[in-house]
Amino acid sequence: MLTKKQLLTKGMLDVAPHMLSVIPFGIICGAIGIELGFNPYLVYGMSIIIFGGASQIVFLQLLSGGASALIAVTSVGVINTRHLLYGAVLSEYLEKLSFIKKLLISYLVVDQGFAESNKFFAKNKSEEYLHYHLIGTGGTLWVCWQIATLSGIILGSFVPEELGLKFAIPLTFIAIVVHDLKKIDHVIVMIACGLSSLLFFDAPFKSYIIISPIIALVVAALILRFKK
Amino acid sequence: MSWLSIILAGIITYLTRMTMIALVSRDMLGARIKAVLAYVPSAVFPAIIFPGIFISDYGTFIEVNDPKIFAAIIAIVVGYFSKNVIATILSGLFSYWMLIFVFNF
Repeated sequence: MLTKKQLLTKGMLDVAPHMLSVIPFGIICGAIGIELGFNPYLVYGMSIIIFGGASQIVFLQLLSGGASALIAVTSVGVINTRHLLYGAVLSEYLEKLSFIKKLLISYLVVDQGFAESNKFFAKNKSEEYLHYHLIGTGGTLWVCWQIATLSGIILGSFVPEELGLKFAIPLTFIAIVVHDLKKIDHVIVMIACGLSSLLFFDAPFKSYIIISPIIALVVAALILRFKK
Repeated sequence: MSWLSIILAGIITYLTRMTMIALVSRDMLGARIKAVLAYVPSAVFPAIIFPGIFISDYGTFIEVNDPKIFAAIIAIVVGYFSKNVIATILSGLFSYWMLIFVFNF
């Protein structure tokens, strides 16, 4: 049995490598807000209130492009619906927590944190304080996201654009799924999702980000049926 | 942009995080759904990976010889064998920089 502190530290260490992509992305996100001419307090407020990288950038870009607030808010909602899937997966491991603790820990569920904690949970189901791992991953991402967006807001885009650091985002997610490439069923599901995301890329409200996972999960369900 | 729109977006985002964790009990999901949920990472993350590689900042498809494609392949190979997140990201970034700065792709 690991102690709470050990689990917390493990979570922090497991997610730490992803800071290579999260920190530059946060700086870019903060800097874009200022470049587009928004009030710095509002731009930073998003990092605490929304706390979702891609959706924050889309929100800023839509509003600066003249879209209505309703469209921008809807798009943020649509982009973030993927958290419903993360929650459905995590709920198995968080079931024993009190309702209040579930409400609090939910705020920390983010892509990379979900990915790393989910991997850890699957291998360590019997641990009593599993949720401390999620606090470790989510908390680390939260702190780094706040510092990164704030530095982007204050210092501007001091990350040279020519470096193309936005490319670190797909790379960080490649690192997350790459070990599942040895399972053919997972490869099929990944390809189904990837191709659908390109096919539906222009769908309204950036909905490709939830349409393609749904298509891929239907494919997964068909694979499971076929396996039997 | 106003505080109201940010707060609304924040509430909606929080609801997406909280709903399945706090309001839905695991028993409400059947065995088949649980089996499908095991595919969530593979079913979600390619929707971030593919557009991040194949679609440019201007929303158009990139060329077939775009350096990002080669760099992503290198990252996949390095990641597959090293099982290391830092090695995967850095091998992708460095090969991308090599291609654009040294070979002027």
